[in-house]
Amino acid sequence: MPYAIEADSLRKTFKGKHEVRALDGVSFGVAEGTVFGLLGPNGSGKTTAVRVLTTILKPDGGKALVLGHDVTKKANLVRSLIGLAGQYAAVDENLTGRENLQMVGSLNHLGRAQVATRAKELLDQFNLSDAGDRTLKTYSGGMRRRLDLAAALVARPTVLFLDEPTTGLDPQSRNDLWEVIESLVGGGTTVLLTTQYLEEADRLASTLSVIDHGRVIANGSPAELKADLGATVLEVGLESLGEAQRTAELFATLGSHTPTVNGTVVEVTVDHGPESAMAGLRSLDTEKIVPTVFTLREPSLDDVFLALTGRRAEDEGENEEVSTDVTPPGRRERRRDRAAGSPTAPGVRP
Amino acid sequence: MTTGTIAAPTLTGAPHSDNVLHRARWAASDTLTITKRNLLALTRIPEALVFGIIQPIMFVLLFRYVFGGAIQTEGTSYVNYLMPGIFVQTVCFGAVSTSIGLAEDLQKGLIERFRALPMARSAVLAGRTTADLIRNVLVVAIMTAVGFLVDFRPTTGVLAYLAGILLILLFAYSLSWGFAVIGLSAANSETAQVISFPLLFPLTFASSAFVPVADMPSWLQGFATYQPVSVTVTACRALMLGGPTAIWVFQSLAWTLGFLVLMVPFAVHKYRTRT
Repeated sequence: MPYAIEADSLRKTFKGKHEVRALDGVSFGVAEGTVFGLLGPNGSGKTTAVRVLTTILKPDGGKALVLGHDVTKKANLVRSLIGLAGQYAAVDENLTGRENLQMVGSLNHLGRAQVATRAKELLDQFNLSDAGDRTLKTYSGGMRRRLDLAAALVARPTVLFLDEPTTGLDPQSRNDLWEVIESLVGGGTTVLLTTQYLEEADRLASTLSVIDHGRVIANGSPAELKADLGATVLEVGLESLGEAQRTAELFATLGSHTPTVNGTVVEVTVDHGPESAMAGLRSLDTEKIVPTVFTLREPSLDDVFLALTGRRAEDEGENEEVSTDVTPPGRRERRRDRAAGSPTAPGVRP
Repeated sequence: MTTGTIAAPTLTGAPHSDNVLHRARWAASDTLTITKRNLLALTRIPEALVFGIIQPIMFVLLFRYVFGGAIQTEGTSYVNYLMPGIFVQTVCFGAVSTSIGLAEDLQKGLIERFRALPMARSAVLAGRTTADLIRNVLVVAIMTAVGFLVDFRPTTGVLAYLAGILLILLFAYSLSWGFAVIGLSAANSETAQVISFPLLFPLTFASSAFVPVADMPSWLQGFATYQPVSVTVTACRALMLGGPTAIWVFQSLAWTLGFLVLMVPFAVHKYRTRT
């Protein structure tokens, strides 16, 4: 199958006080008409990869092709074929929704009449008709994201890049946006999506690459990744650290994975949820340990990370999600990378 | 990794072209789109425009009625001496909005979107500076009216007056490109503002804009006479009130041209390579 997007050994280093290897030989291919998920924690290099593929950033090495065109040599041609929706709604809040779409249409060199029709179509399609002539200052976060996505679609791109399209959205808005993205794929658009949520990748992407510290550490379909991981995570909260230690020892025999202790919480990935849970409870009972919390859940990105790297994804910059910082994605990522690269101050912004 | 070739799909947009004429035409069209966008934004935040007009009016009142009595000017009334200085100061401060506006666009991620669009690399900057130029035209027109209200009486006729206004607008336009570089280098709009004003203060105040240079300490007189803002004020004053004109107009135009030749490519380079 031909690839719509190809990254071949992409390298990019940000120089500065702390040198950061944002991309350290990243390769992947996205088949035409599919959704590809680039999954990784903050600062893993996802945004940098998107910025290289969308011609915003020149790589130091390696090669990137979009629809067979080299993104550095044929940058302007590539720009006319792609759409980009960013992590931070890159729309002009002083303009109305319609004006934003018309501006992007004009800058894509659509004809005047086409600009107007296309803006109207997209406002309808994204349920923004009523708000179309209001300035974006009056829009909610979810509405801005929808408009941002609409703006990426003005010129009917065949390849769409979505950089963390739902980060920071409430569950309802997230779900709405997922439905929109799914409908796009039905229309044959190739989508590259970055996300830190396994749930999102699971729902939308047919193939994934997991990326960490600028390297691809796993490839496959969401199902394959989860199968490698084990189907379920058993999470138990205890009353004391001593009990937690003892529980971890008891749970070591539940499956092929080693339990992890995080304070008074013990987690273990198991293959057969209910059976393992019963075995776990029985072993706790014989030791007269009464858990405060006992949960079975689907593996999260954290668990994927834990399984793949032996450490938690959220160790780096977990404060990012609640941050109100409006620095553009590129700069944010570099800052995070720096923070992550500095052993004394994880998550602290310089 | 195998490379499959995919035919470019049928686009609704204009076909991509490397033809120089096409590119120039699209660059002009893109610049117009961005200019329109910036002017629209200006109407949506009228406070900013109102403040941009109130501030120079305060300066006019302050110098005309508070400090003016203590400043001696030869050959003409102080208000006549003052107004060309006020015009130049106003448009120079207006040029700062170029740096603040660009820093804001960067901060909000708009520049990222623009850089991923098939638009001319110069258009975001040209559109911004053009919008700021148009804003300056409006502000100078209002300041002319204010000047007349406080007894400013140019003596050389309408054409010479308009030539003076044109000269300072061109000068401010060239400054805008310098401030564009600052806007693209600053981490955020506050930083852009903090960097811009200290640069402008010595240029506008250690100048012939408000006080005759002859009254300044001798070590300052050289700078205060020949620095670009002073040269432009003197040229504008000569065009509006008479006196030796060509030499100053020539010097002001030389600064304007010099700034443009240096700053336009520098700013576009900054825009292209900004990571």
